[in-house]
Amino acid sequence: MLSALCKALVHKLDQGIWPYLAVLVHIGLGTALVYSSPRSNLAFLVLISALLSLYFFKTDHRFKLFAGALLALLIFPVIGVRNIFYLEVIFQISVFAALALGLNIVVGFAGLLDLGYVAFYAVGAYLWAFFGSQQYFVLPFAPGTQPSNLPFLLPGDAFYLFLFLAIIVAALTGILLGLPVLRLRGDYLAIVTLGFGEVIRVLANNLDKPLNFTNGPQGITPIQRPTMPEAVVDGFNGLFGPLIGHRANAADMYNLFFYLLALLVIMAIILVTRRLNDSKIGRAWIAIREDETAAIAMGIPLVRMKLAAFAVGASFAGVMGVLLAASRTFISPESFSFMQSIGVLSMVILGGSGSIPGVILGAAVVTILNLQVLQGFSLYLSELRQSEAIIPLINFAWKDLSTQLDPAKYQRLLFGLILILMMIFRPKGLIPAQRRQRRLASDDQTVGK
Amino acid sequence: MALLETINLVKSFGGLTAINRVNFELEAGKIVSIIGPNGAGKTTLFNTLTGLYQPDQGQINFNGRSLLGLRPDQIAKRGIARTFQNIRLFSDVSVIENILIGMHVHLRQSPLDCLLHLPSFKKEEKDAEHKAVELMHYVGLQGVGNELAKNLPYGGQRRLEIARALAAEPLLLLLDEPAAGMNPQETEDVIRLFRNIRDEKGITILLIEHDMRVVMNISEHICVMDYGEKIAEGTPAQIRTDARVIEAYLGRGAVAAQHEAQR
Repeated sequence: MLSALCKALVHKLDQGIWPYLAVLVHIGLGTALVYSSPRSNLAFLVLISALLSLYFFKTDHRFKLFAGALLALLIFPVIGVRNIFYLEVIFQISVFAALALGLNIVVGFAGLLDLGYVAFYAVGAYLWAFFGSQQYFVLPFAPGTQPSNLPFLLPGDAFYLFLFLAIIVAALTGILLGLPVLRLRGDYLAIVTLGFGEVIRVLANNLDKPLNFTNGPQGITPIQRPTMPEAVVDGFNGLFGPLIGHRANAADMYNLFFYLLALLVIMAIILVTRRLNDSKIGRAWIAIREDETAAIAMGIPLVRMKLAAFAVGASFAGVMGVLLAASRTFISPESFSFMQSIGVLSMVILGGSGSIPGVILGAAVVTILNLQVLQGFSLYLSELRQSEAIIPLINFAWKDLSTQLDPAKYQRLLFGLILILMMIFRPKGLIPAQRRQRRLASDDQTVGK
Repeated sequence: MALLETINLVKSFGGLTAINRVNFELEAGKIVSIIGPNGAGKTTLFNTLTGLYQPDQGQINFNGRSLLGLRPDQIAKRGIARTFQNIRLFSDVSVIENILIGMHVHLRQSPLDCLLHLPSFKKEEKDAEHKAVELMHYVGLQGVGNELAKNLPYGGQRRLEIARALAAEPLLLLLDEPAAGMNPQETEDVIRLFRNIRDEKGITILLIEHDMRVVMNISEHICVMDYGEKIAEGTPAQIRTDARVIEAYLGRGAVAAQHEAQR
């Protein structure tokens, strides 16, 4: 009875104006919830999941574009500047989504397991960190001994140029990694890429002598940002001031700026990924993933295509690295650990290897779990500990609960569990990859399907 | 002039000589079979011809040029396409895209075209798709363009592999046991298909086959291998009565018995 009702409901939501209404209601509800209770994680989850209903409900293309733009360009910025923590979450989701999309090319399309992907992210980040800071003038000094009042090597606006330079530098690094490992497959490839990732991190950690390139484990700071005209801050305050409730300052605007830039980069990445996917290059990658021997026998040059996959994947990470360095104004080798590579890989696998919406969802789920859900639980538990509350039936006082029990610390345990469960129940990911269904006019029987 | 020739070709794995000084010529426009007992080196010969193995000694000339030192993809580009003994399709990819992958060497799109999707790119893709559907129909697959290759029945997968090889527009098509596991009706169909491929597309066909009905029916020329060596060559009629062939297949006793019977 209930299931019949559900089915009828779902059916109804598939036609007419109902899907449109559902999406709008979801967006409206989420916005209202977040707006009225700006500290609630739950409200934020409702809002951000509106993107999911936007993806799943059958609405027309223009509506999706419009509603997506409304969310990404209006609602998120306003909500985000109102409570900067949300903007941070959204920004991190975007950064990881871009990384996951890049890794998806290598792992999902070409089937080359890369466990050191974060190395390319580091290359981009250190590229701008070096040229966009005072590091050049610190070269002869040991870390911590440099004189103060050093000039910057390049103006902050060179950032834009370095976004493009990072594409080239990271792609070249990708090729550099690709060349020695081309003959390797599967596990062997994974181990070598893991090693490569560690080499880059260790280099960043130790290149503070003989010449101080990276400032070692202390990392490089301050890293410049592009200039933010006063007019933008004033303009934003003029437009949205009443909605936000407080005067946004330049720092808020920078956060917003980097979020929007990350969004732009993601759009570009999606466009590039989709176009490559629908061309002879994308098909060659898939062929290599499916069967290398058959692929090469069909005339696909393995070396060139694998290098292309490494280069394209790496370039996405490189751009995001520059963005990260500028937005944080500080980077250190710690941000590029092996766990980060594993994190991005788990986003790809969780979301659906080879699926663009899948890996974006994977990035969002993992990031939100990390930043919001687990920390929310931790906070909740510590509040309970401080209270006088008692668990009813077993008569256990919350304040006796061990402080070791901190969900945020069990992050990896939880990921491990989620990944295992996924492999058992949804091995192809949350949104499995689908090849384009072609409308083959001359192949009659397919049209009806 | 021969389309393909091998001169004193040798390929060994450790102590085992899989191909031993094989001299072999293949006329353009012919349908030729290679037969021989299991382990005779037939598939190794195919793998050497297509560059998956590099020969230890000897020459391979194709269409007037040497194939030595070339990678498999370069050889494919020169015009040799093949199918595999144990079907090797791109199984999680649709039928149409399997064929499109086969066209790889003929698509002119550059990486930049792939990014920009200019009208010329779209036209090429559209044309390729049309051609892929045609090829699909040509090998006898109807209405399964969007089906995943792994969902096709066994016979369909064999046909798809042939379509994928044809998509590369080869001069020479190597078929490794194309009729293995087929019932008599299917076998008859593929024999007709091979004839059509040769007659209509002018593609030379070299096939490895165990099914003697196929071999004797379709081949204009047969080459027999045993223990890595070519032991006989000739028309089906010649091969049928060749003493060394009968010995290789049935043992010495059988040859003696045949002599007995002839007396």
